[in-house]
Amino acid sequence: MIRAVDIHKSFGDTEVLKGIDFSFEEGKTNLIIGKSGAGKTVLLKTLVGLFQPTSGHIWYDDQNLSQLSKKELLKLRKKVGMLFQGNALFDSMTVEENIRFPLDMFSSQSLAEKTNRVNHCLERVSLPGINHKYPSEISGGMQKRVGIARAIILNPKYLFADEPNSGLDPKTAIRIDELLSSITKENNITTIINTHDMSSVMEIGDNICFVHEGKLEWQGNKSEVLNSSNQTLQEFIFASPFLKRLKRKALEHDKTQGQQD
Amino acid sequence: MLYHIGRYIMWHRMIFRRPENYRMYYKEVIRQMYDIGIGSLMIIFVVNVFIGAVTAVQFTYQLSGTFIPNYYIGYIVRDMAIIELAVTFTSIILSGKVGSNMASEIGGMRQKEHIDAMEIMGVNTSSYLVLPKLIAALIVIPLLVSIAAIVSIFGGYIATIYSGSFSHEEFIQGLRSFFNPFNVKMMYVKAFVFAYILTSIACYQGYFVKGGSVELGHASTRAVVFGIIVILIADYVIAVLLTG
Repeated sequence: MIRAVDIHKSFGDTEVLKGIDFSFEEGKTNLIIGKSGAGKTVLLKTLVGLFQPTSGHIWYDDQNLSQLSKKELLKLRKKVGMLFQGNALFDSMTVEENIRFPLDMFSSQSLAEKTNRVNHCLERVSLPGINHKYPSEISGGMQKRVGIARAIILNPKYLFADEPNSGLDPKTAIRIDELLSSITKENNITTIINTHDMSSVMEIGDNICFVHEGKLEWQGNKSEVLNSSNQTLQEFIFASPFLKRLKRKALEHDKTQGQQD
Repeated sequence: MLYHIGRYIMWHRMIFRRPENYRMYYKEVIRQMYDIGIGSLMIIFVVNVFIGAVTAVQFTYQLSGTFIPNYYIGYIVRDMAIIELAVTFTSIILSGKVGSNMASEIGGMRQKEHIDAMEIMGVNTSSYLVLPKLIAALIVIPLLVSIAAIVSIFGGYIATIYSGSFSHEEFIQGLRSFFNPFNVKMMYVKAFVFAYILTSIACYQGYFVKGGSVELGHASTRAVVFGIIVILIADYVIAVLLTG
């Protein structure tokens, strides 16, 4: 479980996060949604410890992130996996070397054992046999999946993903969503995904946090999100004209059904 | 300015932390040694041949018509190369070639979130990205400086002998005259100090880069400019300390 208590984060005079409280449970796919510039990425990077909050506390189970010693923080880091928006795969390394990197750094396993683990992770993301390719030789969707394989190589307890669907076609995006969701359930890990993709929200959102102008505006699950009375959330969800038309049609359909009844 | 000096000094505490995995660092040191050493050999060779040649030709011209014997040219070329020209020119060239390369490499990793990815894995990125470069530079740059000094003297020899200014015997006599081994020590002291300066300043500029490709370009330029300025200041300080 990850818990944020009154998180504030400022850059100079600009306050990006203005007091955010929430908790993310394990075994659930937790989504942070919001429009661009709402503070989602800053929030994610603060949660993962890349940014220090200006004030407030972040708890990983019973460990307060800001009060951990260097040794304890290092120990915690090995339980964290992250998929970056731009994948952050090392260009000069092959896919296998990229995925193996955390093992090379921290594990005393033999090369054969590490290779086995890499192959297992590659199979898990449905990409067997691409060990010796370089990131530049594979597609964007495949790079995302390699990023996921690297994020899960150390069997993390907490998994973070920043905009995992950005720049992907809808079919590949669904595949990435399903993959993240199934990995979460299989390993009972706490997954936090930053997204503004509504199809992800409706597919895998066990717990959804809507962030608006640096504040937590709404929290709920995928069955509650469409019927929420929060006006800002409704404007965000139905910002696209297509969805607006769809909603209008659904309402008209409900009305006609009601009259017929 | 003071902020950067302070941060640069404080940052060294992170660089010299105990490595997570010595084998990974070793691999990185070997890669960097190859990049700095083999990658710079040709330019060091060419530049130093001409520096030696120009020194010899220039002094032959300046000393012609004086009572100073011809063999002094060999002595001047040798000591100029060993004490000053080989080490300073090599370090300045490397500051431009290797320094800008290191700043761009690390800065590019910062921008592509590679450094963030490593941090999240628990890697001490200051140490992993900088320490192997420092070690490689401290091993390879003194070797390059040794080659540069020899090549520079060779350049002086070729320029004077083949232009017919004076004989092979006179040049060799000059090379063997008034030799002070302390000058070689001074060359290596300078080589180690300059290697450290150019590498650490370049890595600092790359590591703390913020913004996009324009800022990365500026960081790369700053790595070269500050590297050269600090090398020249250090050159003066070492000269005063060791010869004063």
